[in-house]
Amino acid sequence: MTDTLDKAESVLGQPMRRKEDARLITGQTQWTDNVVLPGMLHMAVLRSPMAHARIARVDVQPARHQPGVVAAFSGTDLADSWSTLPMAWTVSEDQKTPPHLPLATDKVRYVGDGVAVVVATDPYAAADALEAIQVDYDPLPAVVDMPAALTDGAPLVHDDIPNNRCFTFRLDHGDFEATRGRAEVILKRRFYNQRLIPNAIEPRAVVVAPTSPTGQTTIWSATQVPHFVRVFVALNTGVPEHQIRVIAPDVGGGFGSKLDVYAEEVITFVVARKLGKPVKWTESRSENYQATIHGRDVIQDVELTAMRDGRVLGLKVDLTADMGAYLQLLTPCIPLLGRYMYPAIYKFESHTLTCQGVFTNKTPTDAYRGAGRPEATYVIERIIDELAAELSMDPIEVRRRNWIKHEEFPYTTVVGLTYDSGNYEAATEKALDLFRYDELRREQSERRERGDVVQLGLGVSTYTEMCGLAPSRWLGEQGYIAGGWEAATVRILATGRVEVVTGTSPHGQGHETTFAQIAAETLGVPYDDVDVIHGDTLTAPFGLDTYGSRSLAVGGVAVQRAAEKVVAKARALASHLMEVDAGDLEFRAGAFGVRGTPDVKKSIQEVAFGAFSAHSLPEGMEPVLTADHILDPEVFSFPHGTHLCAVEVDTETGMVKIRSYVAVDDVGKVVNPMIVDGQVHGGVAQGIAQALFEEAVYDADGNLVTGTMVDYLVPTALDLPSFVTDRTETPATTNPLGVKGVGEAGTIASTPAVVNAVVDALRQFGVSDVQMPCSPERVWRAIQHAKAGEAGAPRGTIAYGGSQTATTAGGSA
Amino acid sequence: MIRINVTVDGVRHSDDVDPRLLLVHYLRDRLGLVGTPVGCDTSNCGACTVLVDNRSAKSCTLLAVQADGAEITTVQGLANGQWHPIQKAFHESHALQCGYCTPGMMMAAVDLLNENPDPSEEEIRHGLEGNLCRCTGYQNIVRAVHSAALAMGAANAEVSA
Repeated sequence: MTDTLDKAESVLGQPMRRKEDARLITGQTQWTDNVVLPGMLHMAVLRSPMAHARIARVDVQPARHQPGVVAAFSGTDLADSWSTLPMAWTVSEDQKTPPHLPLATDKVRYVGDGVAVVVATDPYAAADALEAIQVDYDPLPAVVDMPAALTDGAPLVHDDIPNNRCFTFRLDHGDFEATRGRAEVILKRRFYNQRLIPNAIEPRAVVVAPTSPTGQTTIWSATQVPHFVRVFVALNTGVPEHQIRVIAPDVGGGFGSKLDVYAEEVITFVVARKLGKPVKWTESRSENYQATIHGRDVIQDVELTAMRDGRVLGLKVDLTADMGAYLQLLTPCIPLLGRYMYPAIYKFESHTLTCQGVFTNKTPTDAYRGAGRPEATYVIERIIDELAAELSMDPIEVRRRNWIKHEEFPYTTVVGLTYDSGNYEAATEKALDLFRYDELRREQSERRERGDVVQLGLGVSTYTEMCGLAPSRWLGEQGYIAGGWEAATVRILATGRVEVVTGTSPHGQGHETTFAQIAAETLGVPYDDVDVIHGDTLTAPFGLDTYGSRSLAVGGVAVQRAAEKVVAKARALASHLMEVDAGDLEFRAGAFGVRGTPDVKKSIQEVAFGAFSAHSLPEGMEPVLTADHILDPEVFSFPHGTHLCAVEVDTETGMVKIRSYVAVDDVGKVVNPMIVDGQVHGGVAQGIAQALFEEAVYDADGNLVTGTMVDYLVPTALDLPSFVTDRTETPATTNPLGVKGVGEAGTIASTPAVVNAVVDALRQFGVSDVQMPCSPERVWRAIQHAKAGEAGAPRGTIAYGGSQTATTAGGSA
Repeated sequence: MIRINVTVDGVRHSDDVDPRLLLVHYLRDRLGLVGTPVGCDTSNCGACTVLVDNRSAKSCTLLAVQADGAEITTVQGLANGQWHPIQKAFHESHALQCGYCTPGMMMAAVDLLNENPDPSEEEIRHGLEGNLCRCTGYQNIVRAVHSAALAMGAANAEVSA
């Protein structure tokens, strides 16, 4: 009876409505741009209109005489106040990390590179005054295209970095050459993950108050990583860390683009302290497109070796990644994060990866939703489909023949990563059912036979990914400066209400809700009695913030551990107060009861008051019920799933329409299914956006052609379908909650599912690839080229847009 | 400076404004109504959508002087003692994640439902095409607008009964 009751009251796994909504739907949200302080000044940044030029002269004097202007500074004026911006991950011994100052002084290296700032009493006045600043540029030839940047004699983005090569590394697992020798099929393809603009709907903003009641300089920033900002601003400027407080108030989306320490955070900090007045900087959207990091931009040449029965043997990938003009916080490590994901869910015997990073005169790249894993997943899921086509086999069947079977877990892949759990069979079975795969295949053949103008294509992606980067020791071995732990504090206040403090820093994910569910469940208190505090280095002095789908699997588990410590202390106190041996107490539904005497009970909230009043504590016990836990997980978590996409392609116009989309994800135990579905919806939408709509395009001079939201196609409600989402639940065995990450899964999975569907619709014409985004023009051209007998996709609007395809039947066949 | 008279969320204001001042900056910086955020500079994202004389408008597309004489409703004036049905529906349907597009999205939805109290999914998607969301993939937003339509329809039926 009691068990049933307890279960019914469990808040874990329930679609609890979000605690954060009330302020967000009534306009009481505190975005950084909403912060207004007495005497606050407004800063604007003058940005380079050239992709590559020597700065001959910067004269800010004329701006100082403009109405409302308080100060204007060039990079040289502030050179003593700061040092090079942080780069936190060194991926190889040969990595070149060029200086990256908040304002350029010698050269500008991309359109948008900051040159000077104006501070005025009003944002309009600051914007006006920028125009009075005089800068003389000596233009240099820009290098925009990755392969061109690597050639001898190419213009150098950084004068002392030959061939613009940032780093190279090579990783060999198994003997690729040997597996190639045995192969009956060898496939070679080139895949390009185009450059993307993250487009968090809230642009970045920074407010700095040089003084505060605590004596600290306070930084409000629209950031995912307030703790990173604190330590790196301290290191960059020499201001002691304990004199800096960073607040990430409500943050309007990030997707990796706010996982950085940006020039403007340092500039605003330095300028506010210099002037002794609060200063605000708010990014415009067009500025965001230039000055906030971009994602992807990776060329991958891939070679797959396999047997005619569909068994894969080896995979070799040559990867070239565009760093852009500078290294931001994690720029070089993005391909590294993908390196483990190439074997995906398949039992390869060998894998070789060569990787190089290249500087170009473009906006720096860095983490964008998935960060390296989408690029790797795209390659493997696309080429598995190419193998299926080569063997005239169903793409699901090829996957079945190669994936790790449920009973084979835990399984160590060829790259040495051990997946703790998974059930690819169950997820795929469920997805096929929901999708009505066989029915759609029948319709596809009928349309082909009829020669319909609108052809049907079916695409699959059976992805896995790794999230919750950890443990810290492993991250150190990989060249990362920081660790992978997370901190939590749980305290029950005098009135029985509960405060949870987390070092993660949400920006839309709903931690206030899910972490409250975890604490409420562990403590047995009502969900409404728990609130979650985050995003302020004063209230959460330790934390490693939110990115890489880490918050629940690391931060959420830390909350659970801290809550368990609170229960343990409460148990000791309850035993003392109730004069019962602790061993005779059972803790159920938030109350300590005596075994066999159901009427004698004390709730944990009553015990909390006893701990607060401290009138009667056991010998040596400290007052109040509070506990900290800092969790360093033993390993990543590995969500997986099967995504299926059906597209209708109008063969006369090239228009692609998604007809149906099914996502069955296995993210382990689910704390809040409503939030998990929401994460999958948004993730899938972003992956579809890459497949069909979005691309950051530069011209040969390094101008961002897609420089505003008018030119860059962020999909609207009309561009996207309704998704069917479902789950299988294979608990992670590596954490006590059994949870895995979910934030990036949808984005990682969906891009190849959509492109596989587009190619599937067109393969009958001889098309074997379409360059992303699969715009009507590209699809139409692919059909025309194929019909004209030219295999593969046409060159796109950018260099290396074309896809080189060569299928070789090797081995004895 | 030009004198304008506007009513915003039921409160009358008379202010001298620069002719080039955008309505959204008047609302945010002069009136302190920061519930209406700014998401772009090309009138694409719709985060700043408000109602001007009961029709949705992107407040970054209008100058404050163009709003002279108008009655403006922002997200902060949407609830009337209790949440508007669209607010309830956004909460119940998990139609927001980061919440930055939400004020504009809800105001656009209110206008849509004024015009078409019983929209189909296709009509909802058309009606919200001018508002970008990067978090939700729009699915739960569409669901929320649909359920708000049902709730408002039921409420109207009750009134007329």
